[in-house]
Amino acid sequence: MERYSGFSLFKHAFSHHENWQKAWHSPAPKPSYDVVIVGGGGHGLATAYYLAKQHGITRVAVLEKGYLGGGNTGRNTTIVRSNYLWDEAARLYDHSLSLWQGLSQELNYNVMFSQRGVLNVGHNLQDMRDIERRVNANRLNGIDAEVLDTKAVKELVPIINDSPNIRYPVHGASWQASGGVARHDAVAWGYARAANSLGVDLIQQCEVTGIRRQAGAVVGVETNLGFIAAAKVACVVAGSSGVMAAHADIRLPLESYPLQALVSEPIKPVLDTVVMSNAVHAYVSQSDKGDLVIGAGIDTYNGYGQRGSFQIIEHTVSAICELFPVFSRVRMNRSWGGVVDISPDACPIISKTMIKGLYFNCGWGTGGFKATPGSGHVFAHTIAKDQAHPIAAPFNLDRFNTGHLIDEHGAAAVAH
Amino acid sequence: MSQPNRLSVGGRIDRSKPIEFSFNKRSYEGYAGDTLASALLANGVNLVGRSFKYSRPRGIMGHGAEEANALMQLGQGAVTVPNPKATQVELYSGMVATSTNGWPSVEFDLMAWLGKLGGPFMPPGFYYKTFMFPQAWWLRYEKFIRKAAGFGHISQQPDPDIYDKLNHYCDVMVIGAGPAGISAALEAGRNGKRVILADEQCELGGSLLASQQNINGASASDWLGTAVTELASMANVVLLSRTTVFGYYDHNFLAALEQRTDHLGPTAVKGTRQRLHRIRAKAVVLATGAIERPLVFGNNDLPGVMLAQSVSAYINRYAVVPGERALIMTSNDSGYQAALDIQSAGRTVVAVVDCRYHAEGRLAQMARAAGIEVITGHGVIEACGSHSVTGAVIAPLDQAGDQITGAQRSVSCDLIAMAGGWSPVVHLSCHTGSRPVWDEQLIGFVPGPNVQQQYCAGAVVGHYTLAHALSGGAAVGAEAAGAKVPEIHFDCGDETEAQAQALFLIPHSKSVSRAPKQFVDFQNDVTAAGIELAIREGYESIEHIKRYTAMGFGTDQGKTANVNGVAIAAKALHQSIQATGTTIFRPAYTPVTFGALAGRDVGSLFDPARYTATHQWHVAQGAKFENVGQWKRPWYFPKAGETMQQTLNRECLAVRNSVGIMDASTLGKIDIQGTDAREFLNRIYTNDWSNLKPGKCRYGLMLKEDGMVFDDGVTTCLSENHFLMTTTTGGAAEVLAWLELWQQTEWPELEVYFTSVTDHWVTYSLVGPNSRKVLEQLCNDVDLSAEAFKFMDYKAGTVAGIPARICRISFTGELSFEVNVPANQGHFVWQQIIAAGEAYDITPYGTESMHILRAEKGYIIVGQDTDGSLTPQDCGMDWIVSKTKAFSFIGQRSLHRSDTARSDRKQLVGLKPKDPAAIIPEGSQIVMDPNQQIPMDMVGHVTSSYWSVCLDHGIAMGTVKAGFSRMGETVYCPLVDGRTLAAEICSPVFYDPNGERHHD
Repeated sequence: MERYSGFSLFKHAFSHHENWQKAWHSPAPKPSYDVVIVGGGGHGLATAYYLAKQHGITRVAVLEKGYLGGGNTGRNTTIVRSNYLWDEAARLYDHSLSLWQGLSQELNYNVMFSQRGVLNVGHNLQDMRDIERRVNANRLNGIDAEVLDTKAVKELVPIINDSPNIRYPVHGASWQASGGVARHDAVAWGYARAANSLGVDLIQQCEVTGIRRQAGAVVGVETNLGFIAAAKVACVVAGSSGVMAAHADIRLPLESYPLQALVSEPIKPVLDTVVMSNAVHAYVSQSDKGDLVIGAGIDTYNGYGQRGSFQIIEHTVSAICELFPVFSRVRMNRSWGGVVDISPDACPIISKTMIKGLYFNCGWGTGGFKATPGSGHVFAHTIAKDQAHPIAAPFNLDRFNTGHLIDEHGAAAVAH
Repeated sequence: MSQPNRLSVGGRIDRSKPIEFSFNKRSYEGYAGDTLASALLANGVNLVGRSFKYSRPRGIMGHGAEEANALMQLGQGAVTVPNPKATQVELYSGMVATSTNGWPSVEFDLMAWLGKLGGPFMPPGFYYKTFMFPQAWWLRYEKFIRKAAGFGHISQQPDPDIYDKLNHYCDVMVIGAGPAGISAALEAGRNGKRVILADEQCELGGSLLASQQNINGASASDWLGTAVTELASMANVVLLSRTTVFGYYDHNFLAALEQRTDHLGPTAVKGTRQRLHRIRAKAVVLATGAIERPLVFGNNDLPGVMLAQSVSAYINRYAVVPGERALIMTSNDSGYQAALDIQSAGRTVVAVVDCRYHAEGRLAQMARAAGIEVITGHGVIEACGSHSVTGAVIAPLDQAGDQITGAQRSVSCDLIAMAGGWSPVVHLSCHTGSRPVWDEQLIGFVPGPNVQQQYCAGAVVGHYTLAHALSGGAAVGAEAAGAKVPEIHFDCGDETEAQAQALFLIPHSKSVSRAPKQFVDFQNDVTAAGIELAIREGYESIEHIKRYTAMGFGTDQGKTANVNGVAIAAKALHQSIQATGTTIFRPAYTPVTFGALAGRDVGSLFDPARYTATHQWHVAQGAKFENVGQWKRPWYFPKAGETMQQTLNRECLAVRNSVGIMDASTLGKIDIQGTDAREFLNRIYTNDWSNLKPGKCRYGLMLKEDGMVFDDGVTTCLSENHFLMTTTTGGAAEVLAWLELWQQTEWPELEVYFTSVTDHWVTYSLVGPNSRKVLEQLCNDVDLSAEAFKFMDYKAGTVAGIPARICRISFTGELSFEVNVPANQGHFVWQQIIAAGEAYDITPYGTESMHILRAEKGYIIVGQDTDGSLTPQDCGMDWIVSKTKAFSFIGQRSLHRSDTARSDRKQLVGLKPKDPAAIIPEGSQIVMDPNQQIPMDMVGHVTSSYWSVCLDHGIAMGTVKAGFSRMGETVYCPLVDGRTLAAEICSPVFYDPNGERHHD
């Protein structure tokens, strides 16, 4: 794999960029692999990368029914943070954040992880109680977090409406300075390139249509390109998890919903940080191209269509205009949707299953992008050792039997 | 002020109405009927912007929504709008427009040097390959990258305009008022259907507005006038001009933006600036037309390179010829129309360069007959000039258009009109989930299979001749109306066209990677070389190409770029265009103002505040308010000179020692009736409701399926099959939805009905040892004595002469009466109670004192002390969980799961600060070992904490792991300021532990 650098760009400029190598190859599938990963999004590609890099397992194929990174990896609003309330979730997301910090260098692919800080805004007394609680928990867990008052929020975000007389006044916020955004596509591509260079086969346009089992153990997958044998099959397919599990006669405690996002036309920079408000359902940052990148709340019906209802867009933009009246004359350029898989406790499932050799990594709901490196890292461990990584252990499937839930959505101020 | 490019006759502009405007601080004049683009071109201005990445000079290339270059900053101050396309901005008097990029000026832009020098090092995706070292520097690099971000800027002032929304229903929604759309609307309208016809332009007509053809003997313009008059005369037809249907959603729902005043000035003088139409249609007719494609050749982005159709439109509609010496580059017959139009306008056509070896269509013949030189089998391989076109290089091509076969030569010209074929506007069709299909014959993508009740007519399905558009429109208009397709003949004298050639990228003598930049996506500076590089690097899916190069990501959504890009990619991948496919077009077709999407749902109407009937009294008393759910609740009632704590102390002491009154009207109230109402309560609440007699109240707790506390409140049995449930203030709507969900989806056999009556009744809590004495003065038909009116009794009577529901329930541990009267009489009754209480110094108190008083008694507040992770047992409320109910209740099964049944879960306990003067901040985390290094083991957190004036020390409630078995142990709260507060675990009932006071 040729190293990317300013120098390599300089060098290739003289040959008019005619000699760049492929970032990854697109081979035909081999008859068998040690591990087949179903789903070529960020989480699946990261899993493949860490399997090869950390565990030396390189006979790995990533099967993707569409194109790499084309699902929620390429559809989210790219927010990265780790200020989760509960210890288990905090450990998982903070593990991820620590991997984010050196990711561009590790992958030799600039994922533009930009630690411009994340504000979670509170609008009433209970919001602020929840923020205090979460910030205290973060702090004692070693995660950087602060409670800011209205004035401090205004200093960070001069265009925010800080009037005390609005419907949802800004009472304050939690602030995670180490949070930020990353270039979502680059994360998938960087992992793909790095995994491919370690020997992982990336097979696009390959849809898994069945999971073949013998004597309670996985033996491979049926695909539109034929049967592919594997002793271990790991499914990382987000909104399609329920469908994939059904291939193995498993029912997962998940529901799939459309989730929409939108961008404005590019405007000159006015917003340097990520601003999130759960109460009004507004999540916004400004990209390096100048677009306002805005996330909505989920559509409230189940579905697999990668598009949603118009009134969700209307409500989201109302909320944005409420927080930022100066955006009223900005124009929406594009809106789109993805399919998110939501678990009963709004926390992921990173787990072995009752079928030997079958693993699931799903249930990330509306907040999986930020976890991409950590998710792949602990899932690779779980697959390689056939035993949960300590950080992944609480996120087992069995918690829905025992009741050992990690109830992040119960912690009202934490967005998912 | 001269308009050098304006023709003296013709066009749909009004020369008697000159309009002054300024662009980049220079004044110009145009005419009514101009767009900003046509007015600029009339004045000979064509350098209007700088490109995004390389800062190359850019001019106006199109005449409508397809424009990729001419993004403006329109208006100044509070009303400035970033990024409108000059081609879509109607000129108004005093318009102030500027370019969005270029420093110090758009003519001389310093960034262009960076673009020129740095360009070779900035291929697509260059940023993924660099700026990685050292790791910590990314934010610094990014700071510079962000300096180049964005086109226009926003104002820092609030938007003075208002926006509104209109909901419509119709039988037939016709989108696009060109010949096909008008024809369709006429037929549907004549059949009596409710029709809406919407078009983005200021006038209905589409291509008819610039057409020189005749329709059944009348000029296109006259035919249009007659048709519009007929449509306008039909009461069942709604005509919406300046209205862009920008999104097409499931079940034939459409969203359209009407620009009501943007053509009059920068802000609406009165009324709304823009209106969002939300339309539900039985049938939809897409008559969205087609957009001409540019051709991809070297330096094709220079100002002066334009779409041929746009050149014709400027001449015929705006009487503007955007050049003196024009060269036409075409791959089909339509380029000849521009040549004829330019010549008719008295300007020079240098030549028509046609890549086809044979150009024998009627228009080509007419051009030749008019003396225009036609050069077949050639292509313009490169445009020349630094800031605008000064010439072109042409060269002979092979038949397939793949390579140059001979010597190239230069020609002099100042305008290059390019005609690369037509791209049907399939965008709206794509919004529905349908994927477009490549048509080899038409050389364009047409809409894929319909997924809902949708019809297409005209150019969007490749019916390019006027007669075909008109007849096709009439046919689908009738079909959509469920009527017989009429026999209408349209004679338009359409010229027969020769087959076009599928040419997208014109080869250069140099390879694509070495040729002058051949632009595909003008707005995002995506070149043919960029697309080939993406593929070379393995980004082979069209979506990867889009995302790697940014092709189609612009504010024009690639209207001119995508098909060329797909074709160039297909060729590089050696696969068909159909196999390559398109990216997915998304709403909005053209950008939509945020303010219009928000409509009136901003400011105080974003989420309307709810006020109790007594609100004005609270305001008059100087109350501070707290937002709870949608409600404004009195938080506390400070008197002059009091600190908040002093107020709370006064309020609490009044309640404990005499009498207080609280407006509790905001609590959710759900009226529940039906023969199965009681059974339903049994299933929803954890406790048993079988024996609750009429006239009795009971506290209930409801759980989610996971066994966690979800809401609580007192429910009163009004009569055998009639209950009144109260909920938390914030949870009322969610609880009602929860009840309906279970009744409708799981237990439809239960006869039970729910009605929200929160707003219909006010609820006043009269609390304290003197509460009875106060109420007795106002109520003479109910025996309020302790013997007759027991704790948790309900009685109907009158208070101050008003029919009332009175309950003896208490959330403070004091004797109290809850008075409910119809909301309309609420304020009156409140005033009567206040007057009656004067002798006892009755004291109104707010939510904060209520919180303190209930915490002294250890009563939970759902949502503050619970967070969706506590069971009733965790809250110390096992007493409320029935073990004997016949049917079960929601959450019961979960309570028996192994983890849920653990005895060492986090449990809600009381916390008494070791320092009696301390108030532990709410939200503090609790640890057992204050000296542990971070990360610390947290065993719980403080949920509620107050100064108790009655007890003269701080009190708190919190969760602690295995707290029930740790009574008396010390826990620690490490605070953010470095202090650590110690507290003793205790019972949460701090006051009157035996509950003697409320039974008085």
